[in-house]
Amino acid sequence: MNLEKVFFAFFILLALTLNFGFFIGDLTDPVQHNAYELFAALVISLIATVMKFGDRTQIGAVLLAASLVADLQLVIAAIIWGFANHIFETGLTPGLTASIVSLSGGAVLANVVSVVLLVSETLQSRR
Amino acid sequence: MPHTFFLVLRRLRRPLIILISVYAVSTLGLTLIPGIDGEGQPWKMDFFHAFYFVSFMGSTIGFGEIPYPFTDGQRLWTLASIYTTVTAWLYAIGSMISLLQQPAFQTALTRGSFVREVRRVRQPFYLICGFGDTGQALVEALNDYGHRCVALDIDQNRLNILELQNLPNSVPSLCADTQNPEVLIDAGVNNKRCNGLIALTNDDSVNLKIAITGKLLNQNLSITCRVEDDDMAANMDSFGTDHLVNPYKLFSDQLSQAFDSPSIHLLSRWLTAAPGAALSDPLFPPKGRWLLCGYGRFGKALEQVLLQAGNQVTIIEADPELTKAPESTIVGRGTEASTLEAGAIRSAVGLIAGTDHDANNLSIIMTAKMLNPDLFIIGRQNQSTHKPLFSTVGADIIANPTQIIAHEILSRVVTPLTSEFLRRVRNHDHTWASRLISRIAGVVSDEVPHIWQVRINRLDTPAVRALLRSGGTVTLREILEDTTHLYPTLRCLPLLLKRGDEWMVLPELTTALQPHDRVLFCGHPSARHQLQNTLDHDSLLHLARTGKSAPDGALWRWMVEHFTGRKQQS
Repeated sequence: MNLEKVFFAFFILLALTLNFGFFIGDLTDPVQHNAYELFAALVISLIATVMKFGDRTQIGAVLLAASLVADLQLVIAAIIWGFANHIFETGLTPGLTASIVSLSGGAVLANVVSVVLLVSETLQSRR
Repeated sequence: MPHTFFLVLRRLRRPLIILISVYAVSTLGLTLIPGIDGEGQPWKMDFFHAFYFVSFMGSTIGFGEIPYPFTDGQRLWTLASIYTTVTAWLYAIGSMISLLQQPAFQTALTRGSFVREVRRVRQPFYLICGFGDTGQALVEALNDYGHRCVALDIDQNRLNILELQNLPNSVPSLCADTQNPEVLIDAGVNNKRCNGLIALTNDDSVNLKIAITGKLLNQNLSITCRVEDDDMAANMDSFGTDHLVNPYKLFSDQLSQAFDSPSIHLLSRWLTAAPGAALSDPLFPPKGRWLLCGYGRFGKALEQVLLQAGNQVTIIEADPELTKAPESTIVGRGTEASTLEAGAIRSAVGLIAGTDHDANNLSIIMTAKMLNPDLFIIGRQNQSTHKPLFSTVGADIIANPTQIIAHEILSRVVTPLTSEFLRRVRNHDHTWASRLISRIAGVVSDEVPHIWQVRINRLDTPAVRALLRSGGTVTLREILEDTTHLYPTLRCLPLLLKRGDEWMVLPELTTALQPHDRVLFCGHPSARHQLQNTLDHDSLLHLARTGKSAPDGALWRWMVEHFTGRKQQS
């Protein structure tokens, strides 16, 4: 067992699960989507990205790209959240909530790609 | 991408993850700890403010407590956060900077920028491997002729000289092992603009490797190699190295020419000299008994030439066993008067100081001149830096391998017709060569003639090409007309004309040019520009041919045709 691989898989899976947890629920209802969950998803996603730095393989490059996509979606979702609560006068309207949640939904998709790649690579290895 | 780049990224993982984690925990803590707002109501910081506060706390610890003064619980958390975020921040920044300063990473960066620089060279270029004295002289001369170069060497100190040379075109250079094929690929050996590979290192086996690599990577590449050993030369020749340059052989060929015909020797020296060198006088090496100090490769090559020219040779050598010198050899270095006396220096006509040690050669020359001032002296100079010493010691010929190689490659590369011309000149006699020398001396000033090639085609000579296409004819005499009328003709001579497989040495001025002709000219540098102007511009060509200015613009041309036509009708 390689401890590096454990950490690697742990963060990639955690990024997916947290993200998914934030995503499920009614699209427009702010109550069903916790800010702490979005925060955790974003932080774990960033860490997962850094974990993929410096991998020379083709699969490593695709993993990094998928992770960057997830980061991008989550950062935009967080920025919209901040704008809704502090800058727009309206507060968190159902429309804005829908944008935030659907952005995180996109990030879920990217995370799924990461996990599928990870699993397929693991299955290919002979050891 | 080189592997060092990935290594650096991989090593950045830990500092970055620590930084992200510490920031995340600090931010999260601030949002969880209860506070009190301006009106005394319980309040919790949101992520927006928490991230804002942590961001400036981590890097500056400034700005105070926002948006409301903190409670004691919040202050306690902030206190812990300050130490962790600041430490994490410094650690991350510090490791990033130390990674960027790693020599391996710096080398990778330099290599990357070198590759981009080579790719950006838009003109044909020459790849020079080995930037010693010879390489430096060659790059400088190639730049004088407007050719681009790329330089490789294993020693950065030598490449630093490029910065001091102040060349008109930038020369991309890399300090790397030229035996590594990847280095040659990065330097553009596969590039379609690479015109030739020139291996000039002072190690024959390295040059051999470079030549093999170049030939395998790019079949069409012209490869030039410096080589001193005959076995190595045969090896290089076997796989099709295009030019082999052996300084000793070149020098002995020149010397044998000087014995055979001093005027042809002078001609070839003028035509292969570096641009801007002073015109030299003919040399008349005497025949009789020569003293040869140093029986190495140089000495052996010269011994053959001297014997072939009907001279006797007395050899002086410090280590006759190592060099397999004949039994009559006088043992000694030749730097002491006694050894030279043993070689009967007073009755000799010439002396060759040909050891591989410059100080010894200088000492031999000085001692010999004291013993016999009438000697004809050939000195071998091994290092370029000793040039001032050799120019004052008073030798008749200085054999400087660096210069010999650089000139030879230059004339083969820049004006390949020159070597063809010199090969054909050897069939002619002394008087023919003397007459040509005086004709050349008539067109140049006190510098050696400038040599250049002209090819009749659409790109290089648009005006001539257009005229030939429209059915006109133009002769050499016509293009050599001086359109400024300062001189009767331009100050240059056509030396050689190549038409298909036909070679015309000193073509008649009445020869009419044909498309794809190649002509070798020599003459004053100013004539080159004027000639090129005539070949480029229709109006100047017209002026040169007819002595009249032709109308230039389209409207003017139409008016002239219109009115002269009407006059003829009436």
